[in-house]
Amino acid sequence: MITDKGAAELQTKELTINMGPQHPATHGVLRLVLALDGETVVKCTPHIGYLHRGVEKLGENRTYLTALPLTDRLDYISAMVNNQGYCLAVERLFGIEAPERAKYIRTMVSEMSRISSHILWLGTHALDIGAMTVFLYSFREREWLLDLFEMLCGARLTTSYARIGGVRNDVSQEFIDSLYKFTDEFPGRVEEYETLIDQNRIWLKRTKGIGVIEADEAVNWGLTGPTLRGSGVAYDVRKHAPYDAYDKVEFDVPLGKAGDVYDRYRCRMEEFRQSNRIIRQCIERLPAGPVMAPDAPKLTLPPKNTVLSSMEAMIHHFVLITKGPMAAPEGEIYSAVEAPKGELGFYFVSDGTGRPYRMRVRAPSFVHASVIPRLCEGSLIADVIANIGTVDIVLGECDR
Amino acid sequence: MEPTLISQTIAEGMRERFPSEVKEIREFRGQVSVVIQKDRLKEIMEYLHDTPELCFSYLRDLCGVDYLGKKEPRFEVVYQLYSISHRHTIRIRAEVPEDDPEIDSVVSIWDGANWHERECYDMFGIRFKGHPDLLRILMPEDWEGYPLRKDYPLESDLGEKEWPGLKEILELSERNKAYEIR
Amino acid sequence: MSYSESEGIMIKESTTALVEVEERVKIIPGANTIITSIDKLVNWGRVSSLWPMAFGLACCAIEMMTTGSAHYDLDRFGIIFRGSPRQSDVVIIAGTVSKKMVPVIRRVYDQMPEPRYVMAMGSCACSGGIYNTYSTVQGVDTFLPVDVYIPGCPPRPEALMEGIIKLQEKIKKEHFKWSMWR
Repeated sequence: MITDKGAAELQTKELTINMGPQHPATHGVLRLVLALDGETVVKCTPHIGYLHRGVEKLGENRTYLTALPLTDRLDYISAMVNNQGYCLAVERLFGIEAPERAKYIRTMVSEMSRISSHILWLGTHALDIGAMTVFLYSFREREWLLDLFEMLCGARLTTSYARIGGVRNDVSQEFIDSLYKFTDEFPGRVEEYETLIDQNRIWLKRTKGIGVIEADEAVNWGLTGPTLRGSGVAYDVRKHAPYDAYDKVEFDVPLGKAGDVYDRYRCRMEEFRQSNRIIRQCIERLPAGPVMAPDAPKLTLPPKNTVLSSMEAMIHHFVLITKGPMAAPEGEIYSAVEAPKGELGFYFVSDGTGRPYRMRVRAPSFVHASVIPRLCEGSLIADVIANIGTVDIVLGECDR
Repeated sequence: MEPTLISQTIAEGMRERFPSEVKEIREFRGQVSVVIQKDRLKEIMEYLHDTPELCFSYLRDLCGVDYLGKKEPRFEVVYQLYSISHRHTIRIRAEVPEDDPEIDSVVSIWDGANWHERECYDMFGIRFKGHPDLLRILMPEDWEGYPLRKDYPLESDLGEKEWPGLKEILELSERNKAYEIR
Repeated sequence: MSYSESEGIMIKESTTALVEVEERVKIIPGANTIITSIDKLVNWGRVSSLWPMAFGLACCAIEMMTTGSAHYDLDRFGIIFRGSPRQSDVVIIAGTVSKKMVPVIRRVYDQMPEPRYVMAMGSCACSGGIYNTYSTVQGVDTFLPVDVYIPGCPPRPEALMEGIIKLQEKIKKEHFKWSMWR
């Protein structure tokens, strides 16, 4: 028995531990320095920058066309969305528009990317919390999607498919058939994942009431995407400022209520179904036409058959590849898309040459990583893992 | 009303309220940006955040731009603001001279500005007055130089100015090569 | 039982003669015995259960995860991903190595017990990839001794498996590495 006198002699001290950059449960090279009082986290300091590759400075030294592969590797799980965001920003800067067919194709592959990213999020989040089966089940669908990407553009992960003014090549009938079959089978698979964890007592205990953030505070921190919508704020760039074909398809934006880990999980599961719906509508309404803007010869790449036959097209092609779009106007633009992680924004300052003067990437993971201390302080150390998973960060984007 | 017109009205309102700070209002491709001097930045931001008709509750982005040789003052800190309830947007560009690279911090208004300002300091060397802990965030803490400035080299081989942490590890690996069993 | 070269199957026949099945591997068919050199035995053990340390840094880590999961299984090679360097044989550096990360990687590599191997997966780990910038190291072999390089951006799962098989072949050729007089 500990008497009062004994309690005065017992001392406790805070323990500082390092959840290092090499760790199986931090999704990438994130370093957290945790000050613990027993099992409760008193202070949490994230350290990032272990994957800083200098993308913004590289973008200033490359032309608008050759800076496109750099954007694949930002949020490397959903490369198509990054490409779409970049091309959209540059198109808005130049004042050109992609043709209808290219818009629908870009919407389709972006939603495929969104499903693929959420699948990986679900697998790793559940794996960290302890449900290992979900990882193996969900990667089965991801393999199907990656095979479709490979059929379309040759690469599984880092695709570089969208181009300024459209897309690289047209879709084939085989691709459309396989994708349509995917949309038939996918809702059944989502139900399978839900039967594994949705009503599981351990899952509910570990996710309900954890990492709660209220709506006003979430907006103040700059959160976006499902992380924000779990708190009930209806902000989705696809609805607020529609781009590509999003104003022509019907879909809902799922919202949460409590702002905890469980609500964000439910938001993303619903987004599976909505993305599926969007892909189906895009396939059904795909219009015919070119896939590259035909009316801006000095800014977009000409079709290959004209390059080899017409002198003007050959000169444009040569100048575009070596010096970049020399007819780019001077000015600045900010353009955002709804990436699976949140709002991905590009801010360009152009000085009239073929290279961007300043290329700024507004990465959602950077902002979400800054909110981890706010979610973790005061809770248990096991909740730190759940919080990292729920804000869904990817260090390639966070560090750029 | 059309979004560009709304933003222009807001910019005109700002010019009425702060006539000496607002230097220029520009519009390009439908997006309005307001170039201001950095002196009363905090008041301007509070006006934009707190006024109920404007209600810019969401700070999208905060970044720096280096206009070496193109114009004076050299640096600019660019704020992209958006209002979720009213759905209007505006861009504020605050000019920061090279010889006095200091500007007010907006962390007390938007919590999310914390890390953005740290990154701006890390990459450009612009100091933010009133920031709780202004440390380097992307580069190692004892790095010298501000990488995104236009006069900083791009390539990996920095020669004599290499980071001491890296030089240490290269020497260590040279010494340990003798003990490797291959 | 004896091994018949022409039919390639074991024939039920009792004999005590020594039959050479493979180079330097002999069996005594009647006695259920295999005679071989310690080199081959130890190398066979090491090759069939390579335990890598999970060191995924960037995009290549996703391909490594995909290779480890159900479609392209790595478990059939005996590969189990371990979290701690003290329990692993090989470290697969997958992704771009930034200068800030170099001390961390070297420290973790130094903690691995011998025999240890290093595989550089992806163009960034082999030679810097497309990122020749102020904050990246041009290849992991500037500070670590690398055994197998796997190029690609990112390499396909089949390419990673071929890299592992090449490492297995390299280990099989080792001679006398297990002994204290090496």
